[in-house]
Amino acid sequence: MEATAVKIENESMENRVAQIIIEELKLEDVTPESFDKNLDLVDELGIDSMDLTAVVLVLQDEYSITIDEDDYPKLKNVSLIAKYIQDRLD
Amino acid sequence: MKTVSSLLNEEWYERYKRISKLNIRSSIYDVTNKCNLRCKGCFFFSSGEHKAAKEQDDINKWKEFIDKEVQRGVNLAILIGGEPTLFMDRVEAFYDRLPTYCATNGQIKVDRERFPDMMVGISLWGDPEVEKKLRGKDTFAISSKNYEGDDYTYYLFTISPRQLGGIEPIVKRIEDHGLKVHMQLLSNDEGVDGFSWTEDQLRQAREEMDEMLIKYPKTVISSHYYHEVLTTQTMLGRKFGWKECPSVSINWDNREPQPKRLIRFIRWASDLETTHRCCTSQTRDCSTCMDGAAHMSWVMVNKRAHMQTTKDLQNWITVYEMFAKLYRFIPW
Repeated sequence: MEATAVKIENESMENRVAQIIIEELKLEDVTPESFDKNLDLVDELGIDSMDLTAVVLVLQDEYSITIDEDDYPKLKNVSLIAKYIQDRLD
Repeated sequence: MKTVSSLLNEEWYERYKRISKLNIRSSIYDVTNKCNLRCKGCFFFSSGEHKAAKEQDDINKWKEFIDKEVQRGVNLAILIGGEPTLFMDRVEAFYDRLPTYCATNGQIKVDRERFPDMMVGISLWGDPEVEKKLRGKDTFAISSKNYEGDDYTYYLFTISPRQLGGIEPIVKRIEDHGLKVHMQLLSNDEGVDGFSWTEDQLRQAREEMDEMLIKYPKTVISSHYYHEVLTTQTMLGRKFGWKECPSVSINWDNREPQPKRLIRFIRWASDLETTHRCCTSQTRDCSTCMDGAAHMSWVMVNKRAHMQTTKDLQNWITVYEMFAKLYRFIPW
């Protein structure tokens, strides 16, 4: 049961991160659920540091964490962003 | 949802991958306030920037400053002036620490034993007649001898209206000397008679630049889309100007909303403390700025805006490739 709960929690966080990206980048034809969580945000979605900063500001507010700019290269996709946040919360 | 791979075929995707990992963070440095020429239309002197700050002459202070710039994340130093080659020790301080591009009038030869792979961009303003009128001498005669066949040098040819119809002989001369050329347009900051652009002249300039790229693909480093954006000052229906320019020093940038811009970009004066507003002069009217680098960067920082259609993204790639070639991040 505990493992299932963790999985749901991860999915929920990934979907929330995806939702923030969709809203901040004004993406069309995609939902948080259908967003490929392993999609490379820079290479495939074409986001740059300024886009990422906008996303990071929302994440920082929402999860009350600080994300250092030096860590941006780690935030390659939704899955890694969710894991990064989870690690910071733990 | 549009993604890069959904918009590009295999060939274009490979081209994209070659440049997508380049994370260039450039800044510009006035190496000196002095120059060995005095060209009409040179923004540095016409706007009084050569008097903006007393230049730092302690080489150790330069080294400390550059080390801090590297820590700030700068990974491409663009050296201008004045004439940087008047102070090779300062140029060397940059070159020893990070990828460096040196803009020069080419009258002094950069020693290739000391700077084997430093990128050199030689300014050229036209044929011998135009050069004499604007710069007091035919600089090409000297610079082409100094840099003949040099693999890390290209001419930055600033086209003026007087040069229309006569661009090809210049490109041909450059090719004959085994060198490359990149083109931009003169911003007539000093209002020299006959050197301001009309709409028709800009159209003609675009046609000639396009023709040169087609006829001399191994010599001309450029992109048709760059020609379009530069000669129309328009990108995706947006007009270039203060609200759009990507090359504003970060500490001068109070624009709201913040446009896409070069990350942490600063243009430093030679006292290493003063900063200038942007990559050209503070007195220039942004709505008439023809600066090639600013327009090139404008395209480059607006990648997602170019992800609406395949053609838009291909255009973006050609401009980014042009930039990467100019600094030899990818081969010519």
